[in-house]
Amino acid sequence: MNNNLKILVNGLIKENPTFVLMLGMCPTLGTTSSAINGMSMGLATTFVLICSNLVISLIKNLVPDKVRIPAYIVVIAAFVTMVEMLMQAYVPALYASLGLFIPLIVVNCIVLGRAESFAAKNGAIPSIFDGLGIGLGFTVALTLLGSIRELLGTGKIFDFAIYPENCGMLLFVLAPGAFIALGFLIALVNKLRKS
Amino acid sequence: MAKLESSMKNMLLSLTAIALIAAGLMAALYNVTSEPIQKSKEQKSVDAIKAVLPAFDKIENDTANGLNIYKAYKADGQFVGAAVESMSKNGFGGEIKVMVGFDAQGAITEYSVLDQKETPGLGTKMVTWFRPQTEKKKSLIESIFGFEVKTPEKQSSIIGKNPATAKMTVSKDGGEIDAITASTISSRAFLESVRTAYNAYAAANNQKPTDANSGATQEAKEGENNEQ
Repeated sequence: MNNNLKILVNGLIKENPTFVLMLGMCPTLGTTSSAINGMSMGLATTFVLICSNLVISLIKNLVPDKVRIPAYIVVIAAFVTMVEMLMQAYVPALYASLGLFIPLIVVNCIVLGRAESFAAKNGAIPSIFDGLGIGLGFTVALTLLGSIRELLGTGKIFDFAIYPENCGMLLFVLAPGAFIALGFLIALVNKLRKS
Repeated sequence: MAKLESSMKNMLLSLTAIALIAAGLMAALYNVTSEPIQKSKEQKSVDAIKAVLPAFDKIENDTANGLNIYKAYKADGQFVGAAVESMSKNGFGGEIKVMVGFDAQGAITEYSVLDQKETPGLGTKMVTWFRPQTEKKKSLIESIFGFEVKTPEKQSSIIGKNPATAKMTVSKDGGEIDAITASTISSRAFLESVRTAYNAYAAANNQKPTDANSGATQEAKEGENNEQ
């Protein structure tokens, strides 16, 4: 149990996918125009990560090494498609705000990366914890980046107005702002990790 | 259990099995979810019709210029207006779908954006931008320090305007509507879809109220409207 907790914390801090592993930069930059968007994308990815890690750790011995990547991608894509269909059918309101991001999860290298580097070598229970830890680490990073961009761009955080909207810098809502904000965040995290 | 060797037979069997199981699961799930998905889509369109029209008792479906029109009547048969499901392909991020409500005179009562893929934080503002300006909520800093930053006046509301008399283009193009800041392309596409909606509304209504027009004049009128 203690070991599983370690795996969880490992994903959150020591191997944070966004700030340390630098994986999944495309959804990180693309979906964080507001705090709520970032958090939603993070949580959806977390769900897929847990499911795909679990299944891949269970079938890892049935998949010959040479075809493991296509096999993992089929598993991940199947999960994402199922999540998309289920959401569209039973929680249409959530789908309306998140629908755009769901197909993006398939191409997120974090999911494939964890399948390859963790789930393919470990058992089912640690793999679930790894998925949860990495997923939450991703969620925290995306929410942080989204909050910063939303605050600087529109003066709000989670739609709560901090300062008037017309004083915001539109740049931060757009793609260049994502690069700038992410760059400074990574620099800050590196500084904190070293000291 | 030992890991399977990467022989041709194993690779073929393993991949085929995984693909078959995944496909089977998805096919099963598709069967289960296709009905609720269809229903929620219909519900969305029903909700949008209710949101954009004045109070009504029954709806009559119609089409004109290839667009769906939902005509609303009171219980006594009085025509109260129509909702038009319109779209534009010229959005910044592709297609924009809107439901526009018109009253019996052709003035816009309300609109609802059904589907859009515009830039978040910019073009997505179209969901509320073209409504009348609401009372601005004070931000945290403003209420703490007791000052107020003025928002520039904008003439961006399309509610209550009749596209037959008002120029429904962005002010940059000589129209009456102020475009969304930094999203002129999205605004143009939105207004284009509103104009398309009005043309369909006009085409459908010039013939309907009296029922006296023959098919020939109706077609002529539709042609006229298309040219606008």
